[in-house]
Amino acid sequence: MDSKKNRLGLEMTPYRGGKTTLCAGCGHNAISERIIEAFFEMGVDPKQVVKLSGIGCSSKSPAYFLGGSHGFNSVHGRMPSVGTGAMLANRKLIAIGISGDGDTGAIGIGQFVHLMRRNVPLIYIIEDNGCYGLTKGQFSPTADIGSVLKNGIVNDLQPIDSCTLAIQLGASFVARSFSGDKKQLLSILKAALGHRGTCMIDVISPCVTFNDHEGSTKSYAYAKEHDEVLGDISFVPFFEDISIEYDPGTTTQVTLHDGSKLYLKKLAEDYDPTDKLAAISLLHETARRGEFATGVLYVEPDKDDFVTLLNLVDEPLSKLPLSRVRPGPEVLDQLMESLR
Amino acid sequence: MVINDFSIQVATVNGSGSQTANLVLLRSIFQMGVPVSGKNMFPSNIAGLPTWYTVRANKDGYVARKKEVDFLVAMNGETAKEDVMSLEPGRAVLYDEPLKLNALRSDLIFYPVPFDKIVATVCTDAKLRRLVKNMIYDGVLSKLLGIEMAEMEKALRKQFGKKAKAAELNLGALHAGFAHADAHLPKMDPFTVERMNTTSNMVLVEGNAAAAMGCMMAGVTVVAWYPITPSSSLPETLIGYMRKYRMDKETGKATFAIVQAEDEIAAIGMVIGAGWAGARAMTSTAGPGISLMGEFAGLAYYAEVPGVVFDIQRVGPSTGLPTRTAQGDLAQVAFLSHGDTRHIMLLPSSPEECYTMAMAAFDLAERFQTLCFVLSDLDLGMNTWMSERFKYPEQPVDRGKVLDAPTLARLGSEWGRYKDVDGDGIPYRTIPGDNMPAYFARGSGHNERGQYSERPDDYQNNVDRLARKFETARHYLPKPIVEDADAEIGIIGYGTSHYAIAESRDQLSGEAGVTTGYLRLRAYPFPEEVVAFISRYPRIYIVEQNRDAQLRMLLKMEIPGELISRLRSVLHYNGLPIDARSVTDDILVQEGKKARATARPEVTAGVTAGAGE
Repeated sequence: MDSKKNRLGLEMTPYRGGKTTLCAGCGHNAISERIIEAFFEMGVDPKQVVKLSGIGCSSKSPAYFLGGSHGFNSVHGRMPSVGTGAMLANRKLIAIGISGDGDTGAIGIGQFVHLMRRNVPLIYIIEDNGCYGLTKGQFSPTADIGSVLKNGIVNDLQPIDSCTLAIQLGASFVARSFSGDKKQLLSILKAALGHRGTCMIDVISPCVTFNDHEGSTKSYAYAKEHDEVLGDISFVPFFEDISIEYDPGTTTQVTLHDGSKLYLKKLAEDYDPTDKLAAISLLHETARRGEFATGVLYVEPDKDDFVTLLNLVDEPLSKLPLSRVRPGPEVLDQLMESLR
Repeated sequence: MVINDFSIQVATVNGSGSQTANLVLLRSIFQMGVPVSGKNMFPSNIAGLPTWYTVRANKDGYVARKKEVDFLVAMNGETAKEDVMSLEPGRAVLYDEPLKLNALRSDLIFYPVPFDKIVATVCTDAKLRRLVKNMIYDGVLSKLLGIEMAEMEKALRKQFGKKAKAAELNLGALHAGFAHADAHLPKMDPFTVERMNTTSNMVLVEGNAAAAMGCMMAGVTVVAWYPITPSSSLPETLIGYMRKYRMDKETGKATFAIVQAEDEIAAIGMVIGAGWAGARAMTSTAGPGISLMGEFAGLAYYAEVPGVVFDIQRVGPSTGLPTRTAQGDLAQVAFLSHGDTRHIMLLPSSPEECYTMAMAAFDLAERFQTLCFVLSDLDLGMNTWMSERFKYPEQPVDRGKVLDAPTLARLGSEWGRYKDVDGDGIPYRTIPGDNMPAYFARGSGHNERGQYSERPDDYQNNVDRLARKFETARHYLPKPIVEDADAEIGIIGYGTSHYAIAESRDQLSGEAGVTTGYLRLRAYPFPEEVVAFISRYPRIYIVEQNRDAQLRMLLKMEIPGELISRLRSVLHYNGLPIDARSVTDDILVQEGKKARATARPEVTAGVTAGAGE
């Protein structure tokens, strides 16, 4: 089955990872599979990819995909800073960070905020199950009001909506999906690979062990029932020179940074994913109905990313030879003279 | 006559422009070839609180703070009384006339100066007078102390740089002060500056600026930092240098990334991400930032990621005294983070060492694939020091063991990210994007191949190798400076304590006939020389600027048990830079050659909040 090759001539093998140690049926495993497919199909060179994560069940998952890529499982809630440093060191890298709702919404909310604000080129996935799985099921900050733990404790705190937050903070690509929606998640991931800037993707990913019971708003049953799909997403990568037949009245087209095209069909209420206010308003409206909107919620294809804002040289900083990073003796002389 | 051997203390209010006048005073004495040092004792505040600046001129080259003030310039009514009352008899006081300080004591020499009247004659803009006023005392001092006016003018122009208009205004004040002294203040004190020839090839520089130069010359490419006193001037000076000297000539783009992070945790996280991805990365902070970086420091140690961290130490637990100096982070940094963690530390004692050790730190961090901490302090980092000119680095940089194709061909399947193939504890690392074998860096348990492992043998083998690597580092670090002598006692110190120790050794031998050997440490883990040194003297005084004898504690862990009882401590921890007299007195008391005096704690140079706080 691995005989299929992508546009780099690579087989699926380097895109696969180690055997998962997460629970059978865990939504996170489905996300790992979509990541493998997306990176393979987009022909991303695994050698140029860095996988980053914090701590938690979600953060273990980078070991389960892209085995041919470098990975860094860092500290709880601080993956954004590690990813930022890596992208500054080598702007040619393609970074994918995996976080969870606790890793992002609780201990990591500070770094999350500033990652979005800087628009660091990085795909940031929240594997969102509304609970702390690895420490056995405590509430996370995305747990909905009224969620009930197995021991009967009810959550009565307002959940954090990571998508609303990300849009407001300056992320240039914000999406939400459901780990069970293979087609949509794959399209979103491929589109994210065509975008330059922070891609924040919140993926509802039920915890089969601690949060898949009745009363949980992050259960498979609840998610399937309340998933407000914005519309069909079609993604055409830049290297596939085809155009999609579409009826101009019902389809919105977005050209991404690398020339790839994103088609959003049959959108509710003529949804415009480049309209920030519309995106935030949609998120609030669906939340009020107890639903969650999925799809590409917001995209700003031309926004400068952090590397561009810093005016870095084209080559990776980590690869600059000494002659370009150590000024000559005349500079030291000049400095010494100024101090006499 | 007391020639080239006295200290001047200027007591003003911060935010009044006095720092410029003080630096002009310092620089003009320096330009006359006389060894000089300046210590700024300032409050944690922007404007309106008392601040003190001490300039010491010393023909013998002693640059430590001198505890006794010989010449007081009292500009601040709020502290003037206490400042005057703490002087020894026979000292001089230049004061703002309305303060009427001459009524306080009859055993001092007083020079009243009507600053407001004089400034009104040279500055028509009333709003600027407050800022120009201070230059008047420089003019008065020029006349009274014999500091050549031409040197004062030169120093003033240098201090103002391109701000010609401000320079002219201040020159007027300088001359007016001189004229006032000439007409109204006959010389009554013995203190005089006379031209020497000791500083002609030297520069005046702050340790933080020197460290910034070292970082630039080391080829740093990623800098992440968060503002904190007394560290901020290091990255800020570095930003200035990099924007001037490190823009790519062809494209005009930056060969560096400097990020003001959201906090110290993010700053060290960016450093670690960048170091992992192959960049030379650094941050700079002070004690509170070091505390925040603890968890990440353990990750860098265990996942073996290079990075450089400057700790410009300040005083105290918690917020402490943010604008005062100490050596209080030594123990915390040595073990920063939980579990069994150890870190390499470099201990500069001069701006020149800030410069050379900055370069060494990047080499060591990459050679040992770990964080390298450089422990400076506020006194070294923010005060102005005389220094020999820095030398241009002759050596290329050491990027450490990075796996390349020939090495991979040689090692074959023997290569593992955390495998010790050379017997020195240092494995070969690979860097993302290099097309070498990938690995998964993690803070969780791992085996030689970087795979997740909770096996007892994997864990223990790995941390034993890390200990071996730390042992290897011991031999790579800057050696201590040892001055052995056929002496009764030994002294060990490091960092800015050096200057008080050097002067104290002369006091000990000159005044009490006590001869000393001296070892100045420059790095941790400590070199073998330290054990040999301790073995040679029956009593060893460890001089440091903290309460808990942190250096002695670290030494005790490493030296043979029978030597431990030889160690004694001289501790200084009131926030002011350590002075020689305190060291000398303490050692003589412990040697039984002097009775312990009733301690008279230093009360000046400190703010107490009013009733509102």
